[in-house]
Amino acid sequence: MTNGWVDIKNTDMMLVMGGNPAENHPCGFKWAMEAKRDRNAKLIVVDPRFTRTAATGDLFCQIRAGSDIAFLGGVIRYAIENNRIAKEYLTNFTNAAFIVKEGFKLPEDGLYSGFDPATQTYDQSSWNYEADGGASSAGLPAKVAYDLTIENPRCVFQLLRKQYSRYTPEMVERVTGVPKEQFLKAADLFTSIRTNGDMKKVATIMYAVGWTQHSFGTQIIRTAAILQLLLGNVGRAGGGVNALRGHSNIQGATDMAGLFDSLPGYLKAPIPSDVDFKTYMTRTTPTASKPAPWDSFNYYSNTSKFAVSFLKALYGDAAKKENDWAFHYLPKVDRNYSWTEIWDNMYRGGVKGMFAFGMNGVCIGPDSQKNIEALKRADWLVVGEIYPDETSEFWRSPGITPEEMRKINTTVYRLPCAGFAEKDGSMTNSARWLVWKNAAVPPPGQCRLDQDIVAQIFLKVRDLYKSEGGKFPDPILNLTWAYAVPEHPSLGEIAKEVNGKAIADIVDPKTHQVVLKAGQQLPGFALLKDDGTTSCGNWIYSGSWTEAGPQLARRGTEDPSGLGIFPNWAWSWPANRRVLYNRASCDPSGNPWDATRKQVWWNEDAQLWVGNDVPDFKADSHPKDHMGPFIMNPEGVGRIFGPLAAFADGPFPEHYEPIESPVANLFHPQHSNNPVVKKFSTPADKYGTTAEGFTVICTTYRLTETYHYWTKNNPVNVEIMPEPFVEMPVELAQELGIRGGDKVKVTSARSFYIAKAFVTKRIKPMMIDGKKIYQIGLPINQGYRGIQEDAGKVAKTIANRLTPTVTDPNSHTPEFKGFLVKIEKV
Amino acid sequence: MDTSRRDFFKISAMGGAAVSFLGFDLAPAYAQLQELKIARAQETRSICPYCAVGCGVLIYTIGDKAKNVTPQVIHVEGDPDHPTNRGTLCPKGASLHQDILNPRRLLKPEVRRPASDHWEDISWDQALDEIARRIKKTRDDTFVEKDTQDRTANRCEGFAWIGGCTDTNEFNYLVVKTMRSLGVTYIENQARV
Repeated sequence: MTNGWVDIKNTDMMLVMGGNPAENHPCGFKWAMEAKRDRNAKLIVVDPRFTRTAATGDLFCQIRAGSDIAFLGGVIRYAIENNRIAKEYLTNFTNAAFIVKEGFKLPEDGLYSGFDPATQTYDQSSWNYEADGGASSAGLPAKVAYDLTIENPRCVFQLLRKQYSRYTPEMVERVTGVPKEQFLKAADLFTSIRTNGDMKKVATIMYAVGWTQHSFGTQIIRTAAILQLLLGNVGRAGGGVNALRGHSNIQGATDMAGLFDSLPGYLKAPIPSDVDFKTYMTRTTPTASKPAPWDSFNYYSNTSKFAVSFLKALYGDAAKKENDWAFHYLPKVDRNYSWTEIWDNMYRGGVKGMFAFGMNGVCIGPDSQKNIEALKRADWLVVGEIYPDETSEFWRSPGITPEEMRKINTTVYRLPCAGFAEKDGSMTNSARWLVWKNAAVPPPGQCRLDQDIVAQIFLKVRDLYKSEGGKFPDPILNLTWAYAVPEHPSLGEIAKEVNGKAIADIVDPKTHQVVLKAGQQLPGFALLKDDGTTSCGNWIYSGSWTEAGPQLARRGTEDPSGLGIFPNWAWSWPANRRVLYNRASCDPSGNPWDATRKQVWWNEDAQLWVGNDVPDFKADSHPKDHMGPFIMNPEGVGRIFGPLAAFADGPFPEHYEPIESPVANLFHPQHSNNPVVKKFSTPADKYGTTAEGFTVICTTYRLTETYHYWTKNNPVNVEIMPEPFVEMPVELAQELGIRGGDKVKVTSARSFYIAKAFVTKRIKPMMIDGKKIYQIGLPINQGYRGIQEDAGKVAKTIANRLTPTVTDPNSHTPEFKGFLVKIEKV
Repeated sequence: MDTSRRDFFKISAMGGAAVSFLGFDLAPAYAQLQELKIARAQETRSICPYCAVGCGVLIYTIGDKAKNVTPQVIHVEGDPDHPTNRGTLCPKGASLHQDILNPRRLLKPEVRRPASDHWEDISWDQALDEIARRIKKTRDDTFVEKDTQDRTANRCEGFAWIGGCTDTNEFNYLVVKTMRSLGVTYIENQARV
């Protein structure tokens, strides 16, 4: 989230799309209810189903799964047409006034300029700003041509207007199924906070995986971000673009970069053309790109400080300037190694082994049967879990005969891990709050702490390389491991390593005083150096465990401003800032847009930015220097236009159909789908069409009472949600002769799913361009091991057997929501 | 008066003395409090492991640590001090007691051997030794030192790591630290899906 959970109470207007927080984030959603109750805030819900979130809303639009860009594009068009834009915010805090170079073409026919059909990729060089003075540049130009009147036909604002001019209310109805009048009500209500450009009110957008789990998911989020920038809602209390996120520490796991393409703190993973550290730094360190009179903090210009400090944390003395900071110890990432690639490669025999720690790959899919097939071909699997699960038992999954089992040669280790109550350590919630927790009980039986297991495995591997040698042992032998008890690293020791420390005394260049002694914990990332004198495991977490102690364990319950900031409860990244980009909560001269919600402001006497929240800005930058609030962008401003390689599929979002769709793209049928999305091609990868009888749109979701594949082991949760179901419209049920409670079989091109029909009025049939379309939904939480499964009380079925193996080309997230099925009674 | 939720509960425990603070008599309620099972429990602050709201939870245990008795969990409830959930929990968080104390918990390491139809017990030492040996063999068999253009690669493409989103930041850092040093490129977690 750019903002946070408690901050939602500050809002005047909420749009919830691609998410269902009343059911999936119930305790966080109370803040939306407080906004309604205390501020008379309104809630608009747009969803394929009339969910419990919708039931608390003021306006509901039922939408066809996957047509969100069409809807949001229509709202952008509405806002511009009705002068409901934050003009001063727009021209000063975004790239709306930047002029885009000649040769850039919008995708009226479905393609941007630069598409190469042979490789199915874009040459993105035309997606760039025009350089002031006309100079040509391959990268972003240092000086950007701009027009503050935003009338130049090639300025970002005019291109935005042109892009969404096609997204008329009539088109929105035809594509999304939302009736025109209903859409206009929603567009009017949402943008009403900016009537005639009045800046006092704020709107927030909340979303979850209903947006991310599409082959254009990144662009759906982009549409929302553009809308929020247009309306001047980013950086403001009660505003922002807010991902509700799934797991207790999914934010932390993202920040810590347990993902193939990044390193902790969102450093980019090195690639093969980074032949040395300098080249890596040149490639990944942006240079400012902006109108000449403006300032850009361009905070990623400090990348070398983050990167060197990270390498020092990992390799200590073995990382020296002379050996390029041990840069070559890290693998060079030469291609896509993401989730679906792992399973595809394992299926093809490349990946031989896997560690699955608290992640049930078989139940997650997509195309679960492909994942099971892949595991059959692997040599070894190590599962760290607290309950028996589908992944560890793939070899005896339903349908596997004893003869087949004898041919499965995978060795599977199942290690009993610690439960949440048995581990201390920190977790980061959606609001970027790092919160320390304590262990209440020791692990039972022979269970071991997860960190101990990883430590012990690594130390054994290291011993083997020490005694036997082997391929390139250097990074293994030189990895820092200074924990007091090497086989039981304390999470406090690790947290301190992540925060970082000074390796040599740090001297203030102006006063020549020692500000930090060698060995002391860093107070924050501002002191990081790229000369090897600082060490830091994750620069954005620097400040979480300082000399003053574990900031992330603080328990201050005060909220002096009343804005839900709670500055002394735990610690948020970065630098305990609670609302990101909060300088944008003030006008260009440094005064809050709304005096009743003062987050930060410019104090002329002190010549500093001060406030109730920590300013997300250079503290002493005078407003007249016009430094942009979006300090992590090279432009310093919010990107309405996403230039060059920012996105694989376009600088503005365009409506594309899900890969499995019942209709052609009404904007451009000749390019229905996202042109850069690739399909997989093993026999286990099948994609369905309406011609084959797959005519019903299917989506998947989770339930309030269950947590994915975990709570099927908990008697309480199982009692209140005992079995899976297929949620389907009453009209469809009648057509098929199905009554509530009848067993039904849902089939996709890949596999099938059997459960009881749950017949409802809350997913009405939709008219998509005159064609009647049905949507159904499935909860994901069942499998073949669980209390009910083991007792034979439910079919051993996995929802993700149905889902397709296509992904978003930016985030590589699979299209779990919006695929085609057929249904029959069984 | 300005009373935090935590203080409210503490004042309540003072029984009659609370009248002057609150203006009404808590004696009858106090009589009830004397039977609270958590009255003599150790309170531990934790975080619900499920969704990304990250509700604060309080875990109550009894057991005298001085006598080396393993603490027993007797109750789990929301943390009233936590600014986000303020003591509330959803059906998942509210049933955490049965996640902590659950007969289905895996309690010992097991292995399924090739072609086998069952799990066998295995000791930790043997399991970890075998796993370490497998890592080394797979890594040595599949390690790419230089790519086809003779550029440094230092990649181990032979095995993958998945998971981490319901585990701590410190655990995730250890995973990144060790896996990247082994050259692993297939490293993913739930954030991807």
